[in-house]
Amino acid sequence: MSRASNSVPAPPFRGWSSTGGVRTITFGEDQPLHLSSGEKLSPLTIGYETYGELAPDKSNAVLVCHALTGDQYVASPNPVTGRPGWWPRIVGPGKPIDTNRFFVICANVLGGCMGTSGPASMHPDGRPYGLRFPVFTVADMVRAQAMLVEALGIKQLFCVIGGSIGGMQALQWAAAYPQRVFACVPVATAARHSAQNIAFYEVGRQAIMADPEWREGDYLFHGTRPAKGLAVARMAAHITYLSEPALHRKFDRALQEREKISFGFDADFQVESYLRHQGQSFVDRFDANSYLYITRAVDYFDLAGDFGGALPRAFQDCPARFCAFAFSSDWHYPPEGMKQAVRALIASGCEASYVEVDSDKGHDAFLLEEPAFEHALAGFIDAAAQARGLTPGVAR
Amino acid sequence: MRHARADYEVISALVHEGARVLDVGCGDGALLQKLVAEKRVKGRGMELSQAGVNACVAKGLAVVQGDADRDLQFFPDEAFDYVILSKTIQAVHRPGEVLAELARIGRRVIVSLPNFGHWKTRMALLFGGRMPVNPSLPSSWHETGNIHLCTVRDFAELCGGLGLMIERGVPISGGHAGSPFAKTLWRANWFAEDVVFAVVATDAAVKPASDVVKLRA
Repeated sequence: MSRASNSVPAPPFRGWSSTGGVRTITFGEDQPLHLSSGEKLSPLTIGYETYGELAPDKSNAVLVCHALTGDQYVASPNPVTGRPGWWPRIVGPGKPIDTNRFFVICANVLGGCMGTSGPASMHPDGRPYGLRFPVFTVADMVRAQAMLVEALGIKQLFCVIGGSIGGMQALQWAAAYPQRVFACVPVATAARHSAQNIAFYEVGRQAIMADPEWREGDYLFHGTRPAKGLAVARMAAHITYLSEPALHRKFDRALQEREKISFGFDADFQVESYLRHQGQSFVDRFDANSYLYITRAVDYFDLAGDFGGALPRAFQDCPARFCAFAFSSDWHYPPEGMKQAVRALIASGCEASYVEVDSDKGHDAFLLEEPAFEHALAGFIDAAAQARGLTPGVAR
Repeated sequence: MRHARADYEVISALVHEGARVLDVGCGDGALLQKLVAEKRVKGRGMELSQAGVNACVAKGLAVVQGDADRDLQFFPDEAFDYVILSKTIQAVHRPGEVLAELARIGRRVIVSLPNFGHWKTRMALLFGGRMPVNPSLPSSWHETGNIHLCTVRDFAELCGGLGLMIERGVPISGGHAGSPFAKTLWRANWFAEDVVFAVVATDAAVKPASDVVKLRA
C-alpha cells in the first residue's frame, strides 16, 4: 500500500539530545503531502506513539492531537527529553481515555521537532531545511495525520481529541474527514485564531528573529541556536496560558530568594524567575524555526474561511458527535470562541454538547486537575463508546 | 423525585415517535432520557448548571451549557419538531421573548408550569398573607429562582399576545394528568397544580379566548 515503514530513522537533530526511542513512519516520494499552499512535501516523516491495542475490527482508535509545543508522548515519558507524559490525568489505564479500552495514537505535529518532518529536518540535499521548509496550515497537519491513520489501516477513528491547537486539529478533522470521525472533542480552542492570539504569536516570532543567532533561519547549519529569542517567545506565550488568579495564587509579589528588592534587573520577583526558567528549559527541547512555522499555521487557522465564511457549512452532514470544552478563566481561547464553534455545530444539525468548566487556572486548566472536566469527558467517551458498540476492556 | 414530574408522562405522550426535540433547561437530562427511551427522539438539551450538563453528557445526551435568555437565538428556525420548557419558564428573565424564540425554533412548543392560580395557593395567600411554600413551590420568596410565576390564565394571555395558539392543555393534580374540575382553562386555573401546554405559532395575534379552550387529559 505504501512505502511507509517503521524502520526509517528519525531525521537527525543538531544542538540537543539524541533521537533514540522516537517511533517514525516515512512516506516516500510517491506519497507526497499536498499542502494548502499548493506545494508538496516529500519525503514526509511522522513521529508518533501509540498506547493500548487496536481491536481486530480497528474500531477503537483514538487520535490525540497535541498543543503548540507538545509531543506524541501523551501518556509516557518522552525518551528524548525525559519529560513525563503530558496528559496523565486524561490518557492512561483507567483514565477517561482508557488505554485498556482504546488504541491511542498521538503524532508529533507537522513542522514539529520530535520526529516529524519540520524545518530542523534534513532536506534531501543534506542540509537542514531551515526556512526552505514550506509554510503549512492546520489543515496540512491534519492531512499528514490522516496519512498516518490510513497507513495504520484505520478507516474511522473512534475519537479525535485535542486541546488548544490540538483542538483546532480535532475540529479540522471533523470538517475535512466527516466520515472518518465517530466522536470529536475540541478542548479549550476555537474555530479561528483571534487577533489577540496572532499578536502574541507575532511577539514570539519577532523575538526569535531578532536574535542574531537565528542567522536568517540557518542557525543549524551554522551550529548556533537563537536560544535567547526562543526563550523570550516562550515567556510571552506562557503568560497567555495562565490567569491573573493563578499568577496571584502562585506568586503574588513574592520575592525570589531575597528579603528586599535589589534596585536592579535581576529576577527580584518569583514570577520573573519562574518565567525565565520556563523560557530556558524550553530552548533545550524545542526548535526555534518549528516555533515560527507552527505559530504561523495556527495564525492562518480560520475554519469558516475554507467554507465561504459560513462556519456551519464546515460541519454540514458531519455525522460525528461532538463534546466541546472551555474553561471560564481561559483568555487565550476564551469560552466565547468555543461557543461560536458550538453554535455552528448546532446550526448544522450536529449532535453537539458544550461544557464550560468553571476554573480559575486559565488556558492551562485542560492540562491540570479539573475534576469536572475529567468527569464530563469520561461520561462522554463512555457513552460514545457504547454507541459505537465498544465494550469495556476491548484490548484488556 | 416528587410527584410533580407527572408532567414528564404528559410530555412524553404529546411527543411523536422519532421527533427532533430540544429540552430547554433540561436539568440532569431525566426527561430527555425518558423521551429517547420511550419515543426514540433525536434529543438535544440546553442547561445552565454545570452539574446538570455533566450529568447529561455522562448519559450520552447532546447538551449545551447555555442560558435560555441569551443563547436560543443561535438555533436555526424550525430546527426541532418540539421545543420543551418543563417547569423552567418561571425561572427565565424574559418569558415572553424566550417563548417567542422557542416558537421560532420549534414547530411546536411544549410548556409545563406550576399554576400559581391553584386554589390552595390562593387560599394560602388569602389566609396566610404570605407567599405560598408548597411541594410545587418549595422555596421561600427570597430564595426562589422562580422569578416569573404565573397562573394558567396569565400564560394563555401571554400566548395570545405572542400569536401562539394553545393546541392542547393538560391539567395535572395530585400527581396525575387530568383534574376532575379542570375541563376549561378557567377551571384549570383553580384546580390544576401544574399544566402542560402544547402551543403552535400562528400568523396573527390570537384572541385569548381562554375559557373556551377544552382541556384534555
